[in-house]
Amino acid sequence: MIHTETLTKRFKEVLAVDNLSLDIREGEVFGFLGPNGAGKTTTVRMLTSLIGPTAGTATVAGFAIGRQDTDIRRTVGVLTETPGMYDNLSAEVNLRIFADLYEVNDAAGQVEKYLKMLGLYDRRLDTAGTFSKGMKQKLAIARALLHEPKIIFLDEPTAALDPEAAHLVRDFIAELKKEGRTIFLCTHNLDEADRLCDRIGVFKSRLLVLDTPANLRASIFGRKVVFHLRAADDRLAQAVRSLNFVREVKVVENKLLVNLEDPEAHNPEIVRVLVGVGAEVQFVGELRHSLEDVYLQLVKAA
Amino acid sequence: MNKIKTIIRKEWAEVFKNRMVIFTVAFLPLLMTAIPLVIIFSTGAITSDASTLTNLDAEMPTELTDAMCPEGLNGADCFQVFLVSQFMMMFMIIPVAIPVTIAAYSIVGEKTTRSLEPLLATPITTIELLIGKCLSAAIPAVLATYAAFGLFALGSWILVSDKILLTALLDARWLIAIFIVGPLLAVMAVTFALMVSSRVSDPRVAEQVSMVIIVPVLAGFFGQMAGLFVLNKTVISWVAVVMLALDAGLIYLATNVFQREQILTRWK
Ligand SMILES: Nc1ncnc2c1ncn2[C@@H]1O[C@H](COP(=O)(O)OP(=O)(O)OP(=O)(O)O)[C@@H](O)[C@H]1O
Ligand SMILES: [Mg+2]
Repeated sequence: MIHTETLTKRFKEVLAVDNLSLDIREGEVFGFLGPNGAGKTTTVRMLTSLIGPTAGTATVAGFAIGRQDTDIRRTVGVLTETPGMYDNLSAEVNLRIFADLYEVNDAAGQVEKYLKMLGLYDRRLDTAGTFSKGMKQKLAIARALLHEPKIIFLDEPTAALDPEAAHLVRDFIAELKKEGRTIFLCTHNLDEADRLCDRIGVFKSRLLVLDTPANLRASIFGRKVVFHLRAADDRLAQAVRSLNFVREVKVVENKLLVNLEDPEAHNPEIVRVLVGVGAEVQFVGELRHSLEDVYLQLVKAA
Repeated sequence: MNKIKTIIRKEWAEVFKNRMVIFTVAFLPLLMTAIPLVIIFSTGAITSDASTLTNLDAEMPTELTDAMCPEGLNGADCFQVFLVSQFMMMFMIIPVAIPVTIAAYSIVGEKTTRSLEPLLATPITTIELLIGKCLSAAIPAVLATYAAFGLFALGSWILVSDKILLTALLDARWLIAIFIVGPLLAVMAVTFALMVSSRVSDPRVAEQVSMVIIVPVLAGFFGQMAGLFVLNKTVISWVAVVMLALDAGLIYLATNVFQREQILTRWK
């Protein structure tokens, strides 16, 4: 759905986006992660035909940026980083203007649909200037969706929202995903990326990695299994360490932390060995690294 | 076409909530109409006193009387025509001042409220956006000019009984000025203000810089007052031709200057 090849953008001295090559599939939620100033917004602007690349090419829904810009704009929906409203005009009128600009057939119907969906229908006649930040953000999301775009760019949709509003927006994104839309999501919220995204690209001017959240964790930290015992000591650790598929064992309080390639295959054997040397196994579970650990590791290294 | 209409509707919905704009759109034309009418009224009262007539006759340069007055008009009436003509240039301030207050804000305003980027992300073409923004400022200006002239015509019809005087006041020079030069001036002011607006980052700066476009009109007004030139039919027609060329050049320049990426990223 989105395909870029060595896409590059330079602002005078600043190389904001450097040789970005991406392939985003239809129906995928793609998380675009990176620190402040990484070039995420710049990338979104290029892919929505707002600014032109310095070098490289990209197609969005089959349309080439720079050549079929109007087609791209018609096809995609974008929630910009700082989406302003016409504050003197009502929520409804704000949306009507954009429905008309997007050539929506049933403008009134679509406006009503999204006002209701985002819980703003009761306030539709109030001017946008009187809205809270969260309500404005929801209104901006509605504005980006009026023309039912197949591809949606969301630039930090939950930044500056309270936890409840952020939750609502996240559920809403999950809903859009179910409808089969392709979503390009820039975010600083790693938990959000972890939960919503099929794949994640970590980006800092260059694309550092691109994979599913689970694979990212595994590739950086390997997989770890925790064995909760009634009492753990070095003797038990030694017994586990002697197994040839075990990479590393650590004792932490009453737990053994075991580094493994393939826990599904090897856990039963480890349990057998532990029981054999007299350990009382209480729980066995996988230690999940948060995506945050992965992210910090990558960004620091870059 | 529909998108242009949408932009115009949006601009008007926004702009006419602004008191300052309403004030300029309504007050300026009323003022510009009232002044010449008051002059017609008061000079009418003076010149009906026969003793001053001969003096006035002597003071009017023949160059002026030839340009302004149809034959058969006496000196006093011709003086009235002359005085009122001086204010034709004032009417020309309307189509320049009104759109500047609207257009100067129109791009930079969207920048400061951050609505420009979502707007540029829609499938509207740059030309459509430019035309929409242009017309939304030019139409009220032209209508206000026509309204002011309509009031003036009505007022002078009531105040001036003499048929010849009336036709002299509402002659071809006025009609060319109001109906041709007026809209051309409005287009010039709007295009200029839009270009300024897309280049600066502060609405107040946009307004102040755009106001510069009034200077030539004021210069014309005072130049004519000082007797540097006489606005006869030929001069006005030339002004119209020059304006037409100027507008064409400005529009060409604007469409080149006005590029999405430029106005979006040239910010600070
Ligand atoms: N219009 C511009 N002119 C000059 N430099 C720019 C412009 N826009 C962005 N940049 C630079 O490009 C780089 C990338 O900026 P960008 O806004 O894309 O980052 P980002 O990843 O979206 O950051 P954030 O997480 O803070 O939103 C920055 O160094 C920024 O200063
Ligand atoms: Mg950004």
